Amino acid sequence: MPAVQDTIDRVKAIDVDQYKYGFETILEMEKAPKGLNEDVIRFISAKKDEPEWMLEWRLEAYRRWLTMQEPSWARVSYPKIDFNDLYYYAAPKMNEAPKSLDEVDPEILKAYEKLGIPLREQEILAGVEPKNRVAVDAVFDSVSVATTFKKELAEAGVIFCSISEAIREHPELVKKYLASVVPVSDNFYATLNSAVFTDGSFVYIPPGVRCPMELSTYFRINEKNTGQFERTLIIADKGSYVSYLEGCTAPQRDENQLHAAVVELVALDDAEIKYSTVQNWYPGDSEGKGGIYNFVTKRGDCRGKNSIITWTQVETGSAITWKYPSCILRGDGSRGEFYSIAVSNGRQQIDSGTKMIHLGKNTTSRIISKGISAGQSENTYRGLVSAHRKASGARNFTNCDSLLIGDRCGAHTVPYIESKNASAVFEHEATTSKISEDQLFYCMQRGLDEEEAVALIVNGFVKDVLQKLPMEFAVEAQKLISISLEGSVG
Amino acid sequence: MLEIKNLVVEIEGKRILDGLNLSVNNGEVAAIMGPNGSGKSTLSYIVAGKEDYDILDGEVLLDGENILEMDPAERAVKGVFLAFQYPLEIPGVATMTFLKAALNAQRKARGETELTTPDFIKRVNAAADKLEIPREMLRRALNVGFSGGEKKRMEILQMALFQPRFCILDETDSGLDIDALRVVADGVNALRSPDRTFLVITHYQRLLEHIVPDTVHVMANGKVVKSGGKELAVELEANGYADYKAQEAA
Repeated sequence: MPAVQDTIDRVKAIDVDQYKYGFETILEMEKAPKGLNEDVIRFISAKKDEPEWMLEWRLEAYRRWLTMQEPSWARVSYPKIDFNDLYYYAAPKMNEAPKSLDEVDPEILKAYEKLGIPLREQEILAGVEPKNRVAVDAVFDSVSVATTFKKELAEAGVIFCSISEAIREHPELVKKYLASVVPVSDNFYATLNSAVFTDGSFVYIPPGVRCPMELSTYFRINEKNTGQFERTLIIADKGSYVSYLEGCTAPQRDENQLHAAVVELVALDDAEIKYSTVQNWYPGDSEGKGGIYNFVTKRGDCRGKNSIITWTQVETGSAITWKYPSCILRGDGSRGEFYSIAVSNGRQQIDSGTKMIHLGKNTTSRIISKGISAGQSENTYRGLVSAHRKASGARNFTNCDSLLIGDRCGAHTVPYIESKNASAVFEHEATTSKISEDQLFYCMQRGLDEEEAVALIVNGFVKDVLQKLPMEFAVEAQKLISISLEGSVG
Repeated sequence: MLEIKNLVVEIEGKRILDGLNLSVNNGEVAAIMGPNGSGKSTLSYIVAGKEDYDILDGEVLLDGENILEMDPAERAVKGVFLAFQYPLEIPGVATMTFLKAALNAQRKARGETELTTPDFIKRVNAAADKLEIPREMLRRALNVGFSGGEKKRMEILQMALFQPRFCILDETDSGLDIDALRVVADGVNALRSPDRTFLVITHYQRLLEHIVPDTVHVMANGKVVKSGGKELAVELEANGYADYKAQEAA
């Protein structure tokens, strides 16, 4: 049929030009020697001015990692990564850590400006209602270059800084919580991250405090052949609340780049953490050349009773995504939520989902996953819902919907359900649908052009999840989804 | 004015339209009748621009301009509107959102200013009230969970909102009870105007009692085989399509 041929042609024409954040910033960089060994880890630790215990912790992780195998169960394929052909530390050259934004290299500030992330507080304040302010931690390759609104947050008792700074300034908190959710030896990438992590954000919300603004970290991989190993730790103490957002982009490069992050969330009694991600790493070109390998371990621990952790993710970037933001529902009455939109186009491969581990009594969880596949991409939802013997009254509702655009992409749903408690109630719904030629014709008959029609149908498909994002990011995410699917339908 | 000249159309090698000629003047309501499989619905899809057909010969002219090379959206901007026999569902997209996006897309393409939201809502509500469409329905996802009659009414609502110059109604009467039929027919009649052209495709004379046509054309075997005034519809109702089927077989 002609329409199908047209779809194929259009998909072929997908160009890297659609990636709007592909620019590179030229800076003088300081790097660790290429490759991975104990000396490189000592180099990183020294660069970060870390205490001896942290270095030991890293070395132990490294030795453990050497004994581990790369996992192969995900539905993704890629050439073997040579872990000795990477740089593990790259930082813009600075004589000393910048004390204020005035000391940050203007090129870096410009890069964030281009990305639409204002770092100067006065700029953020100009014309913006105070209630919409967002505090930003900007991580450029291996270092955090700036954190805004620190003073104001400190007045509320909130600690928001880079993880490197937290290790130096708040060792008691870091020692208590680091790796308490994702153990050092959890998995291959998490162990690697433990050995070589360079920067990321640290958040502590004291008891009873509602964080006065949204917190956000913006990750940028700039340097060639450099892995980014982000480590983020968020602790919401009893009765506190925080909403945290993360964004990520990278330049367009022919080589693949590795991003292996670990994010840990801890919610104590009656605390709530909302963690939202808009992931837009460079996805590679139409032939599958280049792009980010995104191997990420994200886990939240609802440690206290009646605590709540919500993961919301909009995934449009990366050549390969391997990511399962999960919740351990330990505290009685705790609640975990996972809302996901995963868009794949071109040759992207996504294997993503969540785990809801019900340990406590009367714990509840909810999973809404919307996968959209176009081009020749593969999009897999992989999820685990389990109830421990003691998890009486556990409840889960899962809904996985897949939307296919064109006929050369794939959508897969792999749900695992385990229940060791007879009173647990788990529900699972799944659908797979296609944007039909008839739907497109109907919309176009009403005057919408092809791309408007696809955007409208897709936005309808993901609406339930978009509503979970903070307002300003929902608009951003909606645009991003449209851009990712440009030229995907005939 | 809508003119169709020597239209020859195949789908997967099978001939559906075989040298069809038809001319409908401005202000005219033309009824297209004919047995199942005579090519009536194909005709409506070809005029609206649906793909999947091989057009081997012929022209479709709107005021003298051939539209066969245009995509469906461009034709909509030119004023072509098709009321679907089976309107499509768009899950998650509120009817209001859909209507606004479509109307403003058309206006933008014509170089007109886009409507403000209050202005738009006023227009939609007025059109909905006339068609006895509850406003609550406008907040629901387009056509999702609507009954057959509600879907048809929603098509006429769109027609009233877009004010198209060339309206094609494809079996709009199917699935309507007598009350709904009256509401829909009133909606269509309200839109009759000297500069608007209607093609009303139907099996039965029933609809034509409510929307009285100026001309009636009988299709069989991919062609218009007989044209006449509204009395032709009455004659068909009495005698059926047997005569025309016999011609096909001959």
